[in-house]
Amino acid sequence: MKRRPKPIKLLVIHVIMIILSIIIIYPILWMLFASFKPMTEIFSSASLLPKHWTLEHYTAGWQGVGGYTFTTFFRNSLILSVLVVIGSLFISTLTGFAFARLKFKLRSLLFMFMLMTMMLPMQITLIPQYIIFHKLGWVNTFLPLVVPSFVGVSITPFFIFLMVQFVRGLPKELDEAATIDGCNTLQLFLRIILPLSKPALITVSIFAFYWTWDDFFSQLIYLNNPDKFTVSTGLNMFLDNSGNSQWGDLFAMSILSILPVIILFLFLQKHFVKGIATTGMKG
Amino acid sequence: MMRAMRQSLAAYGFLFPWLIGLLVLTLGSFMFSIYLAFTNYDLISSPTWAGVSNFKSLFSDHLFYTSLKVTLLYVVVSVPLRLIFSLLVAALLNQEIAGIGIYRVIFYIPSLIGTSVGVAIMWQNIFSRNGLFNLILQSIGMAHPPAWVSDPQYAIYVLVLLSIWQFGSEMIIFLAGLKQIPDSLYEAAAIDGANRLNQFFHVTLPMLTPMIFFNLVMGTINAFMVFTQGFVITHGGPINSTMFYVLYLYKQGFEYFHMGYAAAMSIVLLVIVGVFAGFLFLTSKFWVHYEGEEGGK
Repeated sequence: MKRRPKPIKLLVIHVIMIILSIIIIYPILWMLFASFKPMTEIFSSASLLPKHWTLEHYTAGWQGVGGYTFTTFFRNSLILSVLVVIGSLFISTLTGFAFARLKFKLRSLLFMFMLMTMMLPMQITLIPQYIIFHKLGWVNTFLPLVVPSFVGVSITPFFIFLMVQFVRGLPKELDEAATIDGCNTLQLFLRIILPLSKPALITVSIFAFYWTWDDFFSQLIYLNNPDKFTVSTGLNMFLDNSGNSQWGDLFAMSILSILPVIILFLFLQKHFVKGIATTGMKG
Repeated sequence: MMRAMRQSLAAYGFLFPWLIGLLVLTLGSFMFSIYLAFTNYDLISSPTWAGVSNFKSLFSDHLFYTSLKVTLLYVVVSVPLRLIFSLLVAALLNQEIAGIGIYRVIFYIPSLIGTSVGVAIMWQNIFSRNGLFNLILQSIGMAHPPAWVSDPQYAIYVLVLLSIWQFGSEMIIFLAGLKQIPDSLYEAAAIDGANRLNQFFHVTLPMLTPMIFFNLVMGTINAFMVFTQGFVITHGGPINSTMFYVLYLYKQGFEYFHMGYAAAMSIVLLVIVGVFAGFLFLTSKFWVHYEGEEGGK
């Protein structure tokens, strides 16, 4: 529903929106420019632009703490996020297809379980899961952070739900035609459903990537050794070990840590919006 | 008959990984959690049966009550404010105005990065004694502003503000909902003499109730789980004023290795969140309108 407002009202709305935009984006812009300011300037004025530009916070900050540099942290975050994306695609397509297209016993019961896991926060089963992974010797490896996504736990119930909704929207005649042509269920999945699900797969990948990138809690719990640290846990260690003189370095590394997600968003905006709107509305 | 069975079999083939996850990591963990809650376990020696002693000490643990109070305050203040704010901005944006795309991008960016450690560092600095916020306050003439994050009176509200700052994802859900309201409803309301305000309360708001309900339920659950902000920005302090429930649970489990105690805490948390969500679901039939429902007011 869109209505064209009167010019004066239009002006009022724009003024409100511009003020609101400035308030909302100012903290990020301030941190961005502060990361280029010499230390003496950071706390002395609220002005946005640096009087003297410097890159020293980026070069010094990148060195990290105790010999562990941000090269390690970024590499770990990237590996972890990519693995979770793969796991999310794997589980959401298989499970989503089964729930959306196949008839089987206990379907409605299992679907109800699926919806329940969507609402069940990971904090509830955290302690027993930690003990299980601890007993398996997986603590301080990426396995406890990656394997759950391959079996539909942690963040993936949302993606399964998204796939169910998407595959349900594909015309049913496709299945019938494929079956008449002699496709079995696996071929139907691989040759018909998967190629048509590309938009949903992109959405799943984006969300799996950035949720893992932003995650802190489970990475804090499962990764103990700095050589396994991600950007989140690395930054946290950096914060704990830095004195007041290192705010500039912290800002620089914080900016670098949020940059990949913002870039991803700016390029793939439509998929973000669609993802939120579909999982959001049908919940 | 054969075909049905074959399809059933194929389906379980597709569901196999998910079923393992469900049985082991979700249902299995959940059962295990209940068992653990009745034991003392430090990860090294084997668990010993403790009966209800974990629950007994929990209910006489003043820090447990503190964490509960802090978390409830956070939920009750941040969730409604964030909802109202996102709804208002969505309603204002839902017009034929140029540049809506740019506003949407700017408003959504905070919810994209808001729970990250990088933003936590930024927030901590902005609201510290010599941070940006106080520089601004001083420049408009406030001589001695509080040291927000290190002041037990204000620290929690600094974190509430961080939550409201991330209103963008709710706003997008509302915007999607607003687009689906047919023009004919507004036209009919206008013919009946409803002004813009009437239209908002009698057309827009009722039509948006499914999205409001969804945002309310998910927002409440997420707010109960708040952790990173309290851990990174305030470490639960000052004087436990931001000792969120999950933060305290983390300390019990992973700093003191009281696994049984932490498991008991997670069960109590599930019950509390369940009561809240259940209450919202029960009341929903009085105020949530679903399209296509007959006779709905």
